[in-house]
Amino acid sequence: MKHIDLVIIGGGPAGMSAAIAAYESGIRNLLILERDTHLGGILQQCIHNGFGLHRFGEELTGPEYAWRYEARVRELGIPYKLGTMVLDITPDKVVTATNSEEGIFQIQAKAVILAMGCRERAKGALNIAGSRPAGIYSAGTAQKYVNLKGYLPGKNVVILGSGDIGLIMARRMTLEGAKVHAVCELMPYSGGLARNIEQCLNDFGIPLRLSHTVVDIHGKERLEGVTIAKVDENRRPIPETREYIPCDTLLLSVGLIPENELSKTASVSLDRITGGASVDQGRCTDVEGIYACGNVLHVHDLVDYVSEEAEIAGKSAAAYIKGETGERINVTLRTDGKIRYTVPQRITQKGDVTVFFRVADVYRNATVKVKNGDAVVLSRKKVKMAPGEMESLTLKASLLEGVSELLFALEVE
Amino acid sequence: MIRELTCIVCPKGCALRVELEGKDVKSVTGHTCPRGQKYAEDECTHPMRTVTSTVRTSTGEVVAVKTATAIPKEKMVACMEAINRAVAQVPVTIGDVVIENVADTGVAVVAAANLEI
Ligand code: SF4
Repeated sequence: MKHIDLVIIGGGPAGMSAAIAAYESGIRNLLILERDTHLGGILQQCIHNGFGLHRFGEELTGPEYAWRYEARVRELGIPYKLGTMVLDITPDKVVTATNSEEGIFQIQAKAVILAMGCRERAKGALNIAGSRPAGIYSAGTAQKYVNLKGYLPGKNVVILGSGDIGLIMARRMTLEGAKVHAVCELMPYSGGLARNIEQCLNDFGIPLRLSHTVVDIHGKERLEGVTIAKVDENRRPIPETREYIPCDTLLLSVGLIPENELSKTASVSLDRITGGASVDQGRCTDVEGIYACGNVLHVHDLVDYVSEEAEIAGKSAAAYIKGETGERINVTLRTDGKIRYTVPQRITQKGDVTVFFRVADVYRNATVKVKNGDAVVLSRKKVKMAPGEMESLTLKASLLEGVSELLFALEVE
Repeated sequence: MIRELTCIVCPKGCALRVELEGKDVKSVTGHTCPRGQKYAEDECTHPMRTVTSTVRTSTGEVVAVKTATAIPKEKMVACMEAINRAVAQVPVTIGDVVIENVADTGVAVVAAANLEI
């Protein structure tokens, strides 16, 4: 069996960034395994711009952002295998993979970084009555058709879910000549960024129907239309508000979930809320030497933050391989429910730690309080918070001294 | 007159309030950085957008392109028409000019992805 210090599963923005950081921390015996035929992951189909403002101070398209990292991977000579599917990872870090050239092969790694990204929630997860004719796609699948294959899936479109990919696709299909009749969002607020509502919907006069859902699908072979309806505060459709919209395409943009099938084979414990691994400040899972970063860990709004997180994972995996461990502590981070989750979920090493978190609902004039028992050790006022926007707070090392548990709570005026 | 806008320059999406007198911008509030001020002024006098799309290539594939800088918003449709007629020669490298002076904006449409042979 081949021995490799660090194996990185996934060659998207997280995997590449983690690999570069590990290389720059002195790891030379490393390998990226990528399932697709190219590096860059999902960014290759995200041709809109807005990537890289944080990292590079410029607005890049997805492929341009990915290229910055791919160019660096090539320049450093970091090895990668494309078209390679990982089948299994054991808790002892034996990675089993397959590709058409080598068949099935195994690698004994010292450390593994999970960077498989996320996938879209499936159609099956939707509770829509009626048939399942052709013409129903996830927003990401439609994005792939339009942007990578140059094929427009339909001319008259309804989009269910106002996540960013749905909003981006509303603009994209409009620019390509389709008519987007409505974007329906079950919740009373959008799951996407405000700027995308502005530049993807408002610019083109596409209506955003908040508190609306699709209740019926019409058509036998091919989609002919959908019935939408307003929902009440319990998210139940109100029958009197039913409205028929003829369309040949329904796009679903109803959320993303971390792709953790492989993490499970390695016995990595997952966080119920994020759907990703539960990790420490270095993004180490509860299996020693197995790290996770990017959308496989928790779904990010910005790729810039994915790269940043992946660097943390790359550096700490490198330190682990080199046997460098700092002063150990043990702090568990908990949340009050209004704050849904934190990443990391625990802190095991002394130092300043930036904690990322999301809230459960839209809150105005709220205060984030970090508590040790009854004592508030840190508080931060926020004018507006929304589930669609990831927040962060930095805990100074001095705050963590002698602490075993911190609660992240939200107080709303 | 007061106009409310969402700044689209960065993901923060600040809510901007612009005080207008006729066509003149009197004041902008709500921005957290100077780019928001500039956006508000532009948006109320001559709104600009960057267009991203794909063009056909000489090998029948598609490749991502973008306007090198933002163009006047009302030129977006004309820009898309030009993009839909254009063909890029493979290999394509990021930054290659695919269309010069698109829709008379003085701005080029450039490749935003690589396509190797
Ligand atoms: S005002 Fe500045 S910080 Fe706010 S959205 Fe615009 S560019 Fe971003």
